[in-house]
Order: sequence, then structure tokens, then C-alpha cells
Amino acid sequence: MHSSQQMPPAPAEQPQQISPRERIVNDFSIQVATVNGSGSQTANLVLMRSIFQMGVPVSGKNLFPSNIQGLPTWFTIRASRDGYIARKKEIDFLVAMNPESAHEDVMSLPPGAAVLYDEPLKLSSLRSDLHFYSAPFDKLVAPVCPEAKLRKLVRNMIYVGILAELLGIDPEQIRKALYKQFGERKKKAADLNWGAVQAGLDYARANLAKQDPYFIEPMDRTAGRLIIEGNTAAALGCLFAGVTVCTWYPITPSSSLAEALITFMERFRRDPETGKATYAIVQAEDELASIGMAVGAGWAGARAMTCTSGPGISLMSEFVGLAYFAEIPVVIIDVQRVGPSTGLPTRTMQGDTLKNAVLSHGDTRHPILFPSSPEECFTMAIDAFDLAEQFQTPVFINMDLDLGMNLWMSDPLPYPEKPMNRGKVLTAEDLERLGGFARYKDVDGDGVGWRTLPGTPHPKAAYFTRGTGHTENATYSEKPEDWIRNIDRIARKFQSLRAHLPPPVQSLAPGARIGIVSAGTSRYAMEESRDQLSREAGLPASWMRLTAYPFPPELEAFFEQHERVYVIDQNRDAQLAGLMRLDLPAHLLEKLRSVRYYGGLPLDARTVTEQILAQEAQQA
Amino acid sequence: MSSTPATPPRVNRIGLDVFPYKGSKTTLCAGCGHNAITERLIEAYWELGIEPWSVAKLSGIGCSSKTPAYFLQQAHGFNGVHGRAPTTATGTLLANHKLRAVVVSGDGDTASIGIGHFVHMLRRNVPLVYIVENNGVYGLTKGQFSATADLGAKLKTGAVNPLYPIDLCLLGIEMGATFVARSFSGDKRQLSAILKAAISHNGLAVIDVISPCVTFNDHEGSTKSYAYMKDHDEPLHEVDFIPYFADIEVEYNEGESRMVELHDGSKLLLHKLERDYDPSNRIHALEVLHEAARRGEVLTGIIYLDTARPTFTEILNLCDEPLALLPEERVRPSREVLEQINEEFR
Repeated sequence: MHSSQQMPPAPAEQPQQISPRERIVNDFSIQVATVNGSGSQTANLVLMRSIFQMGVPVSGKNLFPSNIQGLPTWFTIRASRDGYIARKKEIDFLVAMNPESAHEDVMSLPPGAAVLYDEPLKLSSLRSDLHFYSAPFDKLVAPVCPEAKLRKLVRNMIYVGILAELLGIDPEQIRKALYKQFGERKKKAADLNWGAVQAGLDYARANLAKQDPYFIEPMDRTAGRLIIEGNTAAALGCLFAGVTVCTWYPITPSSSLAEALITFMERFRRDPETGKATYAIVQAEDELASIGMAVGAGWAGARAMTCTSGPGISLMSEFVGLAYFAEIPVVIIDVQRVGPSTGLPTRTMQGDTLKNAVLSHGDTRHPILFPSSPEECFTMAIDAFDLAEQFQTPVFINMDLDLGMNLWMSDPLPYPEKPMNRGKVLTAEDLERLGGFARYKDVDGDGVGWRTLPGTPHPKAAYFTRGTGHTENATYSEKPEDWIRNIDRIARKFQSLRAHLPPPVQSLAPGARIGIVSAGTSRYAMEESRDQLSREAGLPASWMRLTAYPFPPELEAFFEQHERVYVIDQNRDAQLAGLMRLDLPAHLLEKLRSVRYYGGLPLDARTVTEQILAQEAQQA
Repeated sequence: MSSTPATPPRVNRIGLDVFPYKGSKTTLCAGCGHNAITERLIEAYWELGIEPWSVAKLSGIGCSSKTPAYFLQQAHGFNGVHGRAPTTATGTLLANHKLRAVVVSGDGDTASIGIGHFVHMLRRNVPLVYIVENNGVYGLTKGQFSATADLGAKLKTGAVNPLYPIDLCLLGIEMGATFVARSFSGDKRQLSAILKAAISHNGLAVIDVISPCVTFNDHEGSTKSYAYMKDHDEPLHEVDFIPYFADIEVEYNEGESRMVELHDGSKLLLHKLERDYDPSNRIHALEVLHEAARRGEVLTGIIYLDTARPTFTEILNLCDEPLALLPEERVRPSREVLEQINEEFR
């Protein structure tokens, strides 16, 4: 966002005429630029939450460096009365606290934006087309925070107070949000920070005259909703899916998913008296081990999972092929980040779409779920465990850093109404009745054989699991006909599971000649871009939001119904479109168009709108 | 006239003959050390009267990793990917800690591609029997040196190994295995006693078994050949195993033998040979291994034993029932819990 390639600094123009009547209410973005590790996160969350508590739809995105302390970091809050919560490309109100980035941050603002800055930075001379406010943060923090060591952390809360005064955020909502953030146990810290908020409010009242047009006013669009990170919601999904084994290896941006799971499992899945756990969570030595343990656990009958990101997926490739071929249930949550290689570890991408669909050598296909929201992170985690056990296969959940690590408004997480589906497992009693079984025989016509779990107390229970060629009875075979029969049956499972995937979400625009297909977090840019296309260019567009791979039959119909179909990809190589090229009939592919963004920031609507309009113009 | 009644098959203490303890026919070379180890495993599980279905057999890739198909046909087996059986075995035990897991691995599997998983399994003290069928050579790929090949050992092609070997027993002791033994596939008596003790041990038992490869590493100049082992095998002690269910009064002379009681009440008698050896002394164990290596001898016997350290599944404090078998009501929290969580995020 601050690279000059993406957003060249606007040339200084004449100061815009701001009419005080041109109030912009509940429709702007605030960006807070600080130094990583300076403790600004709490201040930013309080600011975001207080706007949310005023009933205004809001989103918060943390653009942070791959660093513990010292590099620039930006937190962007978008308030949108229309409910648009994608990243907004333009920043309307900048809080410049970081000397390192302040100059570039100011230069990249659009004309008419507002800037609150730390007085010593002396930014107001940089541009004449912005509204500048300054505050002496060090001077203000000293009297409210006697302990010098804590001032670095507390001074951030002063800008919350100043913004509250300038934007009209109810101080009572700030107080409420602050005390919720700190919790009962940290009341002293909350008091200290509340003092800093008040110092900011007082300073702004006495010293700053409102010049910019941005205001927050109460609405009623957030009642009952949550503010939650996707990783937390996914962890809760795993908890309510009844996960019993989670093996993982730390990697950004998926670590916070495993850590959230540890916290919830400690609270809800451990006997308070005996301390005995109904789960095992193991931090493995690497991703080879984390998937290996999960596969071993899935084989032995646990609801097993691992969570990782792209580099971990690359390491897991061999084991995923084994689980696919030996038909072992396992859930793999991939919180995608920017690659190839180490890439941009703290930035977002849908970079593993193609890879996860066909991960490992030889003939493989894996189902993938594409959650787009915390609710779907929750529900799809539950779906994934059912699918994995029902079809005895690895199931991927493709999240991304934007969804996993940023804060989202969410509907309350819905309690699973369906009982768990543990798949086809024969017990000792079943074996007694049947007199035996053939592990890899398709007795039900869906391609899925019956399995037994190790430890089943029956002489006929055992079978030998292997990654080598095998017969229906799980004995070793190198015969071509055995190989083909087996691998074709596994392909049939992939067809059978289609009917059990969450359905796509469609919105057909009357008279639309173009359609747009997205998956995952592209949803938010899409919701806004469709409105932009129709409002600004008179171009109605239908939209299909995919929730799973293999693609639903509705996708073909969607292609049939439209002259051109734009597929949104958050990667360079149009991976989602590429999967369609593999799977859709050739005559539909002529209609396929691609929209791609791969800069590492959450996708914004303007980028989508501009790319579609440019291609439509060429069409005409 | 009286007919001779057919001799009833011999049965073990749970009334099973040896058939369920056997497996499919071996596809390894005739004379392969691994086949002898398979035989000892069949005997050990049968003689201990372990229910075959209570065992899970796991392996990686290689000649050794094929062997789980050749014993305990009524136990589930999992022949996974190269070097990573410690991970699948760990996962298996997380899902069901009641299982008796046995991993059969080789020197390529354990000392090269899978060494990272091997040391972490040791560190965790995962409760399983880990057998390394060690022949110093990659058999399935036709005779390359492995990382346990001794310095100066010769391949059939005449190639000489220029590197020092990885000693899996030293590594095992350093990294936290609680039962470390070395044996020789040709020493029926010793291997049998060690295997039974390992099966009865509560914790990770690593057994490095020198197991000659008759096709690629049994020639003059090999340090893993039958002939070399015949000349260089140096037993630390004589090992006797007395199972907990045996109706035997154990008598021994303090000065001549040591007795160790194992987790299930079985007893291990270690009879003194040239010296009095205490396998609970970790530093001494490392010392005797280094000394033997310097002399070019292969020290065999139970080198290290710690019967007190908690196992990985004990550390995790798992509930009594296997996690794999918990019903929905034990693993899916209630509607009220979800409502409470929702409220926390409002």
C-alpha cells in the first residue's frame, strides 16, 4: 500500500474547498501508522470496537511486517454504512505515529484526506491539499502515565481520544470497548489507558478545530454480531467438529489458529477435576511430522487435523498423497500467505488453490473448502471433518491471511444441527455378523470402502495399509488391472462427494451479460465491485461465490448463462481459472476471463472494477 | 485297535496357536537377517500371549519396512512413507493410546531420511517398540552405503566408506529413549529376550539389530556381515526375560546377576559376563558404547534402561478411553457453551 508502484503520490493540488455541509458520515477509512511492537494493537482494537458498538459496519486490517519490533506497521479501519468491509484502496484519515513511514504515508494520501500526526514530525508542510491536526503525544502522555516505562504503550491511546473528539465517536463506547479489551483482571491497566483517552479528548476539544468532513454517527447495523478473527472462528469450528488430534508446526499466518484451539480445548475439553483431556494437541518437529502424525491419528480413528501455510503444504505433499491413496481421513487447514518461497510471510494471497487441488505426485485430487467469513470458517471446519471421514480422504480448507488474522464482523456462530458423520467403520460386532470384509471394495456404489480401526477386537478386523499398489483385500499387487480398478474407484469417491459439499452462493443480476466467479475472501471486494460496476458503468454483473472444489454443477450453468465470466484470483497465475480450464467443457472456456491481484494486500473493489471495465472496453 | 489322536496345536496363555501371529510369506532374500528378526517377533508376541489385534505395526520404506506384513496378520499394519514411521506411529498412539505399537525400520529409514523424526520420537518417549534392522546398506535400491556403515567398510563394488557411522544406540540414549538395546539377528536367544523385554517396557524401546544383507553387504570387508558379527559380537551380559504371568520363583545371585522389574511386573535378569554392568547408568552406557566402537567391537545387550520416566501419552494426560472411540457427546461441547463463546466476542 505504501509502495510507489501501486499508488503514485498525488501531485500537490490547490487545497480543496471543503463545505462544512459536505459531511461524510460512516463511510471512510482510518489508517494508523505505527512502529511494530509499540503496542498500538490495543488502541486500534478499541477504536474499531467502539465504532462497531455504535452500530456502524466496520472492518479492521492489520498490515504488519515479518518482524517482532521496529518495522512500520499499519492498521486500517474501514467504517461503511453500506456494509462494505473489503479493504478500501484510498485512505481518508491517517494517524501518523511512525517517523519512518510518515513522509511516504502522507504523500500517498488522496487530496482531501485528514492527517493526525505526532507534533515533532512536522508533517503539515508536506502537502497543502490535506487537513492536518497535530498533537504533542509525549507531552500529553507524561502526566497521565507516571511510569516512564509504560508511556510507549499508553501514548497510543491518546490518538483514540483525539479521533473520538474529531470524528464524533461516543466516549462512553470507547470506555466500554477499552474495559472489555483489558478484561476484569487488568482493571488497573484499563484505568491507566482510559486516562490517556481522556487526555486525548481534552486536548482535541481545547486545541483542534474540525476541518475534515468525516464523521461517525450511530446506526443499527451491528446488533448481535461478533468481532472475530477467521483463525479463531476456524479453531472454534474444529472444537465443535469434535476434533480429537491436532498436530501442527508454527508458521505465520496459521499459528494463531492452533493457539486459539489450544486455549478453547483447555477450557472445554479437559475434565476440570482430573485434568484428563479428550484431545491431544502436539507441536511437531516440522510439517512433515505434523501431517504424518495427523495421518497416523486419522488411520487409527481420531478426528485428526493439522493447520499450516504454503511452505508447510509444500512439505506435506508426500504424506497427502499417501493419505489420498491409502484412504485416510485428515483435515488440513491452509491459511495462505504470499509465495513462492518464503515470499511475503505476513501478507495475503490465494496462492495454493491449484497446488492443494492436486497435491502430491501421481494422480491425485483433493476436495477444498473455501470459507469467506468467520461463520464459514466455523461451519466449514465442521463440514471438513465429516467429509474427510465419510470419504476417507484428506480435505483442505483454504483460508488466507486476510481471513485468518484480520478482524471481521460475523453473525453468531451457529450450533451444528447435524450429528457427526464418522463414515464407514466396521466394529467387531459387524465383523462377526459379516464374517469379514474387503477394505477397498466398493460395496455401496459410492467408491467408498468400509474400514476398521486398529485395536478392533476381532480376528478379521486387521488389514494392511500401504502406499503401494493393492487389491480390494489390501494385499500387495503390481497388476495393471488391480491398479486401474483401485485408482478409478478412488476417482469415483471424488465424484460422490460433490453432492455433500456446501453449495455455491449465486446472485443473478437481471439482464446481466457478464458473470463473476470468486472464492474465499474475494467476496468482499466483489460485493462492492458489483455495485460499482452497476452504479458507475451501468454494467450489471451476476455473481457466483464458490464454496468448494470439486466445482458444483451450477458452475457450468453459470457459464452457459453469461457471455463472459470473470474469475477472480488473488494470485499471478489465475489458479482458480486454471482449475476451471482443467475441469470445465472446452466450449465454455472461451467465455472465461481472468481478474488477478497479487500484491499481498487484501483485495479491494476498485482493482476488480477497473480490470473488468478495461477488459469489457476491449470487448466492445 | 486304537487310533492315534492328532496332536492338538500348541497354544499360548490366551489359547491361541501361532497362526494369528504369523504373516504373509516373506519376499525378502533367502538368508536375510530381517527374516530371522520376523521369526523372533512372531515368537515374542505369541509367547507373551498378546492379543494380535491389540498391536499396531508401522513402518517406513525399505526392505525392513516390508516386514510388518510378515508377522501378526491379525494386527493392523501401516507401511507409510520413507523415514516417517515415527510420525504415523505417534499419531496412531494419540488416537488410541491403548494400542501396542511396534515400528520396524531400517538404517536408511532411521539414520538418514527419517533421523529428524527419530530423535523427536526419542525426546518424547513415545511408548512403542522401535526396531532398526541395521545392515549398513540400502537394499531395495541395490547396495548404496547407509549412514550406519562403518568407516572403512567396503561395498561389493570395492567402494570404501569414508565417513564415520551414526550410532543409533548412542543417539537413542542421548535423546531420551528409555530402553536402548543392540542385538544381532543371528543371536536367537538374546534377541528373543530383548524383544520380549521391549514389548513389556512402558516407554520407547529402541533396538538396533545388526541384520546382515546377504545380497549386498555380506562379503569380506563388510562390518555388517554374518562373519564379522561372529567375530566381533561382544555381549554385555546374558539376558533372561521372565514374563509376569510365569509361575516361576526367580532366584539369582546378587554378585552374578542384576534383576530389573518392568512396568507390567515382568522381570529382566542380566547375568554378569566379564563385568558388572548397570544399565540404569546413562553416562556409563555412553562410555561402554564409545569404548567398544574404539575397539571395533559390536556391543550387544540391554545398554540403557529407565523404567520411571513418563511416556508421551502419560504427559498429555489423555482420558482413559482411546480418543478415536469417544462418542459425540464427549467431544462436541453443548449449545450453551457456544452461546457463551459467541457472547464473549460481541
